[in-house]
Amino acid sequence: MSAFVASPVAAPHPPPTTTGSTAHPPTSTAGSATLPPTDTGYAALPPLLRRITGDEKHEPSANSTLDVLWVLYDRILRISPQTVDAVDRDRFLLSKGHGPAAYYAVLAAKGFIPDAWLDDLAGPDSPLGHHPDRLLVPGVEIGSGSLGHGLGLGVGTLLGLRAQGLTYAAGRVGGASEAGRVGGARVYVLVGDAELDEGSNHEAIAYAGSRQLAELTAIVVDNDSATHGWPGGLASRFSVNGWTTTIVDGRDHEALTDALTGHDGVRPHLVVARTPAKYATSGPAGYATSGGEEDGHA
Amino acid sequence: MRDAFTSAATGLLDDDPRTALVLADISAEAFAPAARRHPDRVLNVGIREQLMIGVSGGLALTGLRAIAHSYAPFLVDRAYEQIKLDLDHQGVGAVLVSIGGSYDAAAEGRTHMSPGDVALLDTAGPWTVHVPGHPDEVGPLLRAAAGHDDAVYLRLAARGNHSAHGDGVSGRLVTVRRGSGGAPVVVAVGPMLDATLDAVAGLDVTVAYTNTPRPFDVTGLRMLVDYVDPVVVLVEPYLAGTSSHLVGAALADRPYRLLSLGVGREDLHRYGSAADHDRWHGLDPAGLRRSVTRFVTG
Repeated sequence: MSAFVASPVAAPHPPPTTTGSTAHPPTSTAGSATLPPTDTGYAALPPLLRRITGDEKHEPSANSTLDVLWVLYDRILRISPQTVDAVDRDRFLLSKGHGPAAYYAVLAAKGFIPDAWLDDLAGPDSPLGHHPDRLLVPGVEIGSGSLGHGLGLGVGTLLGLRAQGLTYAAGRVGGASEAGRVGGARVYVLVGDAELDEGSNHEAIAYAGSRQLAELTAIVVDNDSATHGWPGGLASRFSVNGWTTTIVDGRDHEALTDALTGHDGVRPHLVVARTPAKYATSGPAGYATSGGEEDGHA
Repeated sequence: MRDAFTSAATGLLDDDPRTALVLADISAEAFAPAARRHPDRVLNVGIREQLMIGVSGGLALTGLRAIAHSYAPFLVDRAYEQIKLDLDHQGVGAVLVSIGGSYDAAAEGRTHMSPGDVALLDTAGPWTVHVPGHPDEVGPLLRAAAGHDDAVYLRLAARGNHSAHGDGVSGRLVTVRRGSGGAPVVVAVGPMLDATLDAVAGLDVTVAYTNTPRPFDVTGLRMLVDYVDPVVVLVEPYLAGTSSHLVGAALADRPYRLLSLGVGREDLHRYGSAADHDRWHGLDPAGLRRSVTRFVTG
């Protein structure tokens, strides 16, 4: 494997950032240092969420992702505010870019962005909008919003890391969150169950399976919002293409942790995080009167 | 030109570990030797053009220089949103290399035509656009593009001029034939030069050539045209009028006359050869001569 490492693409973060991310040398190892524990825990998320007031219509969707995002950033991802530009950091790509309140709240809780940013969602000078922009927010790997882009970008990111030998860091043990983990960078992509309607996802799912992209994990937050559902189960769309799959309660942190570390080292891995159905408490079951990408529920 | 590209790209893959080639089956056989030598950096995703651009964006996010190659209608038209979002919006670039632009594959029919590729890229961007007119122009343009991180489109034609022209990779307009002072200026883009020179034989016009319509050499055009009464003819191998707005911006401070020749918008629902389509779109020497004569003497 080539020892060559390209320069990372660093986002031009806006001046207000206080994370100091750009001061980090690009050759640093994302997980080599013991990172200071954040003193903000899961219990701090609800007040942070409440500060994000401008995005009410996305609230159900945002909440569906809260637990899985927390578990990822608290226990799985080897990334910290100090390593957002490290070449061998884990990548988390939020493909389902709408309803980002939970994402922003977790980024704030973990120190990637100042809490104050939460108070001006989608304001004219706010770096935080209804869909995240990687050029504006430290730690955000992709700008997303239009559905069906994250998996393709994630596949390319992983192939780029592989080509530079960054997924095979033998002897690299432990890291920001996942103690004792051996290996190099991994790529995690979060999509929604309705987002899977977009055909571009299936180009990526098929290719990742056939190429055995073992360092790729897709997380589908499944709140039954796909208009036509997934007869036979959405996980089957992945397993038939050679992925390992796990279906867990999307609110159960222990189950999520087990699932997110359940990859077999050979095949790409799918975690389906089941959350309460989107429409279960808001009206009759069946097809909603609104939904789909235009309304941002996926 | 495709052979020149294959040769130059294979050399880049051998010499520059930052380069990666992304294919969607088209030309995969020509790159088989390179793929054997560089399996991590020659990536054929199958017939999946959305994924091809998504992967290119992901590679770029890790610092690699992605070169994506396919037929223009699939590389650009089909994957337009991926170009807009997976490259431009992420703040990363790639080198897109097309064949089959306009009606180079006329016998395949409209599904394999892309007269609007450069116009589409004008809605994204900014993209550097190279339209070489001779195979010898391809290698230097590709190597220059591989050396930076901006967005570059390299449009390879099936036919070209008898000899190479252009000012290396500078993108400047090059005067190929000089008319009298203040004569109308005919700008021929890429493979249109020879037909243009045939068409204007005996007419008092200046003929300038470029293989780099983006960024358009505005300064060069202003220096060539008559200061008081500028008359310009554009001869472009893609959609007629694609560069009109740039000529208009270049000459915004004075009255000017402009004739924009290129491929018409109509789907002719005809096969035949590229030479047939030249005639039907008025881009053969006789058709060009009719249009130019009428315009400059009218």
